[in-house]
Amino acid sequence: MPAPAVELLDVDKSFGADAPALSSVSLTVRSGETVVLLGSSGSGKTTTLKTMNGLVTPDSGKVFVRGTEIREWDVIELRRRTGYVIQEVGLLPHLSVEDNVGMVPKLLGVEADERRARTRELLELVSLPPDGYVHKRPSELSGGERQRVGVARALAADPPLLLMDEPFGALDPINRRRLQDEFGALRERLGKTIVFVTHDVSEALKLADRIGVMRGGRLLQLDAPGVILEEPVDDFVRELVRLETWS
Amino acid sequence: MDLLRFLTERSDEIVAKTWEHLQLVGLSTAIAVGIGVPLAIVLTRNERLASPVIGFANVVQTVPSLALFGFLIPIPFIGGIGMKSAVIALVLYALLPILRNTFTGIRSVDPAVVEAGRGMGMTDLQQLRLIEIPLALPTILAGVRIATVVTVGLATIASAIGAGGLGDFIFRGISMVDHRLILAGAVPAALLAILFDALIGRVERKLDIRE
Repeated sequence: MPAPAVELLDVDKSFGADAPALSSVSLTVRSGETVVLLGSSGSGKTTTLKTMNGLVTPDSGKVFVRGTEIREWDVIELRRRTGYVIQEVGLLPHLSVEDNVGMVPKLLGVEADERRARTRELLELVSLPPDGYVHKRPSELSGGERQRVGVARALAADPPLLLMDEPFGALDPINRRRLQDEFGALRERLGKTIVFVTHDVSEALKLADRIGVMRGGRLLQLDAPGVILEEPVDDFVRELVRLETWS
Repeated sequence: MDLLRFLTERSDEIVAKTWEHLQLVGLSTAIAVGIGVPLAIVLTRNERLASPVIGFANVVQTVPSLALFGFLIPIPFIGGIGMKSAVIALVLYALLPILRNTFTGIRSVDPAVVEAGRGMGMTDLQQLRLIEIPLALPTILAGVRIATVVTVGLATIASAIGAGGLGDFIFRGISMVDHRLILAGAVPAALLAILFDALIGRVERKLDIRE
């Protein structure tokens, strides 16, 4: 059996004197699946995600990416080989869409011609006609377009693992629905391992192969959506998903 | 008309003194940028040092300039009379706006952009070169602009310790109670200040990507 895409073993993390952000979180993300970490703000879902590309270093416990402990990875290299999408997108405002999408390949030393071709291909993939968009600045894009560019950028180096932190959280409901649908279809085609963070239960149910419910820095349950709905481990999980089953 | 003739008669000297003045300003500002920008970058990485260092630069700014020039005269090696101690004092004054603006400029880069850069696998230097400096550049330049304009004015006082420049006219005019001489120094100095302000301001606006 191949090594899991990501594995966390007993990970603890606190920031300063506050209540711990993560307490003994253990989870395994299988290669090719989409795991959605679901929880309200402060539940530790983002912190969990950030341990996977070394943006957060655990106080104790271990993080493995593709079978290698994160401390053994060259963390810069790991990040270049891991797609990362955040809610605020974080496009570089002084660069064109093309240069934004091509940034990671550039950091990896890919030639300009190849970068340009790859950028066009990726913009097509996220349904932005390249001719209309390559030369635009982020400030000229709508929220939905920005997020699409953010996804294209994350995919630029063809990373096996994609980390997405509330990528559609700042969008209006219509755009959010649309991007979720498109992303669902895109995911099938790409066959990547995805760890996706959200506080939106319906988004989790829609996109996840497995959902990890988090609360207060703990992972309460990690199961397929059906199992979460049918056999919640406790009242909190039951309450969390109950309303959704009625809608 | 009398004034105009007076100035034309001394045009050679005015040009020479303006050139001296430009050298004082250019050298001081360049050194201040050379020290201030890297120092500010270091401070953004070690924030605990920021407030004492910027505080010190603030205090220097409150020392009356004539007094600072005077203080430097008896100090061996760096002090004395002439251009060298004048440049040292001018650098000290120019440092604060450059330091403060560079520090603030880099610190106010959108954290989401910095986070995205880190997530993409940029090294600290790449983050600085590809994200932080380009985005902070308008603010940094505003600091350079303020420093330059202030230095143009302050450099006239440097004449008091024998550094030359347009201040020579002004001090001579004061001691001879000749307002035409004062103007021969003050007008070119003011024009220089306006010129630098406009030129650097233009570059600033060109680089500003905010709409």
